[in-house]
Amino acid sequence: MSFLSYLINGISLGSIYAIIALGYTMVYGIARMLNFAHGDIIMVGGFAIFTVVSTMGLPPLLGILVAVVICTVLGVTIERVAYRPLRGVSSLAVLITAIGVSYLLQNVALLIFGSNARQFTSVVTLPNLKLADGALTISSVTIVTIVSCIAIMAALTSFINKTKIGQAMLAVSEDNGAATLMGIDVNRTIAITFAIGSALAAVAGALLCSTYPSLTPYTGSMPGIKAFVAAVFGGIGSIPGALIGGILLGVIENLSKAYISSQLSDAIVFSVLIIVLLVRPTGILGRKINEKV
Amino acid sequence: MAILEVKDLEVFYGVIQALKGISFEVNPGEIIALIGANGAGKTTTLQTVTGLIPSKAGKIVYDGKDITRLPGHKLVSMGVAHVPEGRRVFAQLTVLQNLKLGAYTRKDKKETEDTLKVIYQRFPRLEERKNQMAGTLSGGEQQMLAMGRALMSHPKLIVMDEPSMGLSPIYVNEIFDIIQKINEDGTTVLLVEQNAKKALSIANRAYVLETGSIVLSGDAAELMNDDSVKKAYLSE
Repeated sequence: MSFLSYLINGISLGSIYAIIALGYTMVYGIARMLNFAHGDIIMVGGFAIFTVVSTMGLPPLLGILVAVVICTVLGVTIERVAYRPLRGVSSLAVLITAIGVSYLLQNVALLIFGSNARQFTSVVTLPNLKLADGALTISSVTIVTIVSCIAIMAALTSFINKTKIGQAMLAVSEDNGAATLMGIDVNRTIAITFAIGSALAAVAGALLCSTYPSLTPYTGSMPGIKAFVAAVFGGIGSIPGALIGGILLGVIENLSKAYISSQLSDAIVFSVLIIVLLVRPTGILGRKINEKV
Repeated sequence: MAILEVKDLEVFYGVIQALKGISFEVNPGEIIALIGANGAGKTTTLQTVTGLIPSKAGKIVYDGKDITRLPGHKLVSMGVAHVPEGRRVFAQLTVLQNLKLGAYTRKDKKETEDTLKVIYQRFPRLEERKNQMAGTLSGGEQQMLAMGRALMSHPKLIVMDEPSMGLSPIYVNEIFDIIQKINEDGTTVLLVEQNAKKALSIANRAYVLETGSIVLSGDAAELMNDDSVKKAYLSE
């Protein structure tokens, strides 16, 4: 029974990684850049919810909504101000800028909220689920997290396959010059991608802080890096890859915490990544990278 | 009045000047060929006209509007389509998805469907392969897809960059036949080609580019008989 419980919690943690990994993978796929500030957007979302719910005493759903709006605006603004002027220059410059943005967000949060951990009130207020006469308890946050992840994946997949903007995103991710020739505004498409990724980061923030209810300016940093690992694991640029990578990562992390060592769990996670990349350099679902002539 | 008028266009790649003030015009209904050797500036010219490369000086007027500083994506809805060098179809998307992306700027779904039917009539192979990934098509089929995709925007002016490059002789003839038919249907064509003989055989007028300057221009039939053109480009 305890194995089942570890497994389910692992899937839940993995679902959060998957939602964050979507932001990494979509932005990479479309703008060909690694947005290392993505993890910190989660933290901003967490503080937005904390402020609305715990400080102002408003309902959690409103908190999530406010967080989604703030993170979306923030993501689009960061893209416009920090990344767009660097389009076309070396990807190293963009990467360094992204790391800079990450520190900026952390330090602004530090100035506003201080370094003390805040107690985050879960946004999920449903009762826990007891199965097999109480031998297996699944917390409501866990269930809500997994369900949200599935819903987000389904919605995003149909958005990309069914809408014009979704098709434009596919076109830009393959060849932004040819996409321009179709009349697609590449800058606008990239901005929309950042908006979606950042909105998802806000949702991930709500779920993450509800699962681990301690909020500091560095809350987003480690989950951000792990979600990046998940994205690479699954094949960066691939949306189903983000899901598979995220879930696998969460399960591996939780099971190693339970059965091997809680201190070594991160080391194990990263070791698995190294092994996967040695065997399949493009990740599980990654496409072969075509060098452009 | 010319549908496209390029005046004293200058383009730089860093410090290297790729276009040294070229001027030409395309009249409605014409097929205009730009011929010249590798590196003469043919592709640069087309890419500057369709807004992919910024110009340093000069003016580009399309349909009476100054489009010199207009971003590339805005030209499509104005009626300019560009079939790029190397075809650049979206290899991971299906033929149908590629064609629909060609109609990205069009709002009317019914009209788009009608255009799709016309394009399937012109390129029956694209209909046969509509659910196939574009990357799995042969070179000639990809060229047809790139042309069909451009036609999906219902352009007034279609700009084609080396449509015959890398194709087998049978396909080359077919592609040139199609270009002529597209033109007969009322679309103005601006064509860049290394295959000068073929290009001149279907063009009304032509311009000869040499290291960033236009060195010769005139009637295509006359240029075909010009000794210097014969020697340099028709390998006779």
